Amino acid sequence: MSDRPWEEVGLTETEYEQITEILGRRPNELELGMFGVMWSEHCSYKSSRPVLRLFPYEAPWVLQGPGENAGVIAIGDGRAVVFKMESHNHPSAIEPFQGAATGVGGIVRDIFAMGARPIALLDSLRFGSLEDPRVRYLFSGVVGGISWYGNCIGVPTVGGEIYFDTAYATNPLVNVMCVGLLSEDKTARAVASGPGNKVMLVGARTGRDGIHGASFASEELGEDSLRRRPAVQVGDPFKEKLLIEACLELVDRGCLVGLQDLGAAGITSAASEMAGRAGTGMEIDVTLVPRREEGMTPYEVMISESQERMLAVPQPGREEEVAEILAKWDLEAAVIGQVTSDGMFRVRDAGRVVAEVPVEALAACPVIPREKARPAYLEEQATGAEEVPEPDDYGVALLNLLSSPTIAGKAWVWRQYDHMVQINTAVRPGAADAAVLRLKGSRQGLALTTDGNGRYTYLDPYTGGAIAVAEAARNLACCGARPLGVTDCLNFGHPGRPEIFWQFEEAVRGMAEACRALGVPVVSGNVSFYNESSGEAVYPTPVVGMVGLVEDMERPCTMAFTNDGDLVVLLGENTGELGGSEYLWLAAGRPGARPPRVDLAREKALVEVLVQAVGTGLLTAAHDCAEGGLAVALAECCLAGGRGARVKVTSSGSLAALLFGEGQGRAVVSLPEANWPRLEELCQGQGLSVQVLGRVGGGALEIKAGDRVLVQVPVEELRTRWEGAIPCLMS
Amino acid sequence: MVVFPGSNCDADVLHVVQQVLGQEGRFVWHREEDLSGFDCVVLPGGFSYGDYLRPGAIARFSPVMRAVTAFAAAGGLVLGICNGFQVLLEAGLLPGAMLVNDSVQFRCLETWLRVENAATPFTVACRPGQVLRVPVAHHEGNYYADPATLAELEAQAQVVLRYVNQNGEETPEANPNGSARNIAGIINRYGNVLGLMPHPERCAEPILGNTDGRYLWNSLLSWVQQGGGRVV
Repeated sequence: MSDRPWEEVGLTETEYEQITEILGRRPNELELGMFGVMWSEHCSYKSSRPVLRLFPYEAPWVLQGPGENAGVIAIGDGRAVVFKMESHNHPSAIEPFQGAATGVGGIVRDIFAMGARPIALLDSLRFGSLEDPRVRYLFSGVVGGISWYGNCIGVPTVGGEIYFDTAYATNPLVNVMCVGLLSEDKTARAVASGPGNKVMLVGARTGRDGIHGASFASEELGEDSLRRRPAVQVGDPFKEKLLIEACLELVDRGCLVGLQDLGAAGITSAASEMAGRAGTGMEIDVTLVPRREEGMTPYEVMISESQERMLAVPQPGREEEVAEILAKWDLEAAVIGQVTSDGMFRVRDAGRVVAEVPVEALAACPVIPREKARPAYLEEQATGAEEVPEPDDYGVALLNLLSSPTIAGKAWVWRQYDHMVQINTAVRPGAADAAVLRLKGSRQGLALTTDGNGRYTYLDPYTGGAIAVAEAARNLACCGARPLGVTDCLNFGHPGRPEIFWQFEEAVRGMAEACRALGVPVVSGNVSFYNESSGEAVYPTPVVGMVGLVEDMERPCTMAFTNDGDLVVLLGENTGELGGSEYLWLAAGRPGARPPRVDLAREKALVEVLVQAVGTGLLTAAHDCAEGGLAVALAECCLAGGRGARVKVTSSGSLAALLFGEGQGRAVVSLPEANWPRLEELCQGQGLSVQVLGRVGGGALEIKAGDRVLVQVPVEELRTRWEGAIPCLMS
Repeated sequence: MVVFPGSNCDADVLHVVQQVLGQEGRFVWHREEDLSGFDCVVLPGGFSYGDYLRPGAIARFSPVMRAVTAFAAAGGLVLGICNGFQVLLEAGLLPGAMLVNDSVQFRCLETWLRVENAATPFTVACRPGQVLRVPVAHHEGNYYADPATLAELEAQAQVVLRYVNQNGEETPEANPNGSARNIAGIINRYGNVLGLMPHPERCAEPILGNTDGRYLWNSLLSWVQQGGGRVV
């Protein structure tokens, strides 16, 4: 070893000294490697842990909060929903196809490790500008990888969102959320209890792929990052599919004491975490681990991140049965060690002890206190930065927004994903603000969404974080679902930079406050730091994945205007804020000074009105106002329904701000005129502003201010621009 | 419902057979070799053996395929959906082969199918020329056969379903994968083995927004119930 051995495993000298103190001696190379991965930011949350305590974790329906492989919420009738989101940003920046594919594989294993059948995937993606050829390579590679892996394992990819902004040019974000369904009496836990119980490694063989993946995720991208390609794992979705079926059969038959997936830091992490949760010890002999290549050292075996592997602790005496079930699915299983009672993690190589460290110590990476400082750029944003000339033609401005890749139709993406397999997808990608799955044998359904606007968060991290939560809740409510739980993926730059850590804490504070205001607990999540290359961080991007419950699937609501003559109504107030808007970005090439304000009480009122209005069948369409503002929301309702609308707006201020400003707490809805009194009453009850804008009908979207026609565009022209934008850039 | 390692629409088809059609059905594991007692064998969609090598290329060697071949030879009804169609081609139970989609991408979208032959056990409940909306989801659905085989298929009315637009017109735009002559589904010469790329199990319930797949399932059901049974 060198005289600064900690550097090779990405630790600091202080941390090395702490390890020496815990062990009462210097760690050997293998032990140091194990600490290196377990004490990496990626595995230990050593910077973020104190901040994450700000989140609300509790609600009566939460069965499992953070700490297990994924969070669990009860939805009644003995059923529970398991969900989690995770990032795979760095691997995808280097090798987009396999990086994204193994991101899918990893999060899916987290879900079925709980004994849940994975029923849906969503992807929250961020890329640079599609004008850039390397970005096009990353974009098509990531989408191709998700498609290849997700389609093969038979889990539908039903939703997500994509933003394009130069801030993500070299460091794309690939956040994948998986949702599973569970019988409350068939839950698996990731524990290694019962000293003497055998420990089995199940699934794929162990190779040299993905060595140091966790450490790679815990440093920024640089000039030589492409040389880290060997740190990117390679996926085998067919094996994953077999593993899903085999593990669910093991859980169903009650064969197991514990089950855990192998992800970052491989056997080291899975085995020590399982023992840690049970308060036991663990002994592994690396010579018993089935390999896919010869000559691997104990070090390589212990930290390999080879995919499609699980660690299982069978019920005593049922090891044979476990092996038989795996053989049925053409999978290998090998006993590689046993649970012990002494609290030590002992690694043997053909019997000889080659590492011996306390289980607790591996999980006890000391928190790194991080400095915080408000970034200077926030002071530099000039006041009045939102001021922008009115467009010559509002119709042209609308068409330009609709063909901006962030807003444009994403069929190029989702038609590559099997979004229907398992035949539960009642509301498909692009049809509404959230995907909705029916639950077979029940009147209920699940609504799923992901959200997070990095530009807002860059301009004001607290507000950006709060908006991510509020918008997710709005999206679910537009489908008639009551929000029940949040998972998150927090994508930020280097936590050692005070301004980055300030952004991180502010964003989490905003998210936490919004979660409290809306009564939605956080049940799982993931932090991804070091999203920067050559000193430039991505926009601080907290992504929220939210799950909601639709009580009655007889009344689906999408964003499609469906009946000529229906009233078009705005819930909430127009605030005329252009800051952070896509319009401002396109018109002036700057993000503005501040994002739209968020009023959490109003957001709560809006969610209530929407859930009740959809739930009682008052509405024929509902769609929240988000990127592109009111005009884009109206256009999208027209596009989804294939019919036009005539609306009138009033404004004393900027018409551009009225049409394209991204003020929060608003939704466009349509309804038969007969239902209007009940909607108005509902809004009054919640103290929510409501106004009739016009009516559905005709073949064009017409927006007037007074007698002045601002927009008069045939729906088919809207469609050409909206549908054509991404295919045109990608061909 | 034959289950190969990697099948992933097996449970979907079983759901439709049991819950929607109210019929009996069960999974047949790929190592089973006895298919006696079944009215119809379905090879479902998915990625049998990971589609490694070529879709269906490994599955055709499964023990159950010997039984399927014998079942078909004895006139039993065999329906191959998506990957199941690919397996039937590889096994030689249907002529031709599948190429990668002309887009070179996976395609999951709605297609419209024109019923070209409504006199098969799988289409008797349809009107000739009826247009059905049925989704596809595949990476290799670009049907290919040599000109003589195509001519033979057309001459014998073995092209059962063809991709068309909503108005029933056969156009290049309506073809999701580049299939020869917009072919979506073909039947063997004896009329008891149908392969199709679209997924009729995905559009058999109102809650999923489309029930056109029922025409195909109801065809099968009425054929069997009317004692059609084996076609020889």
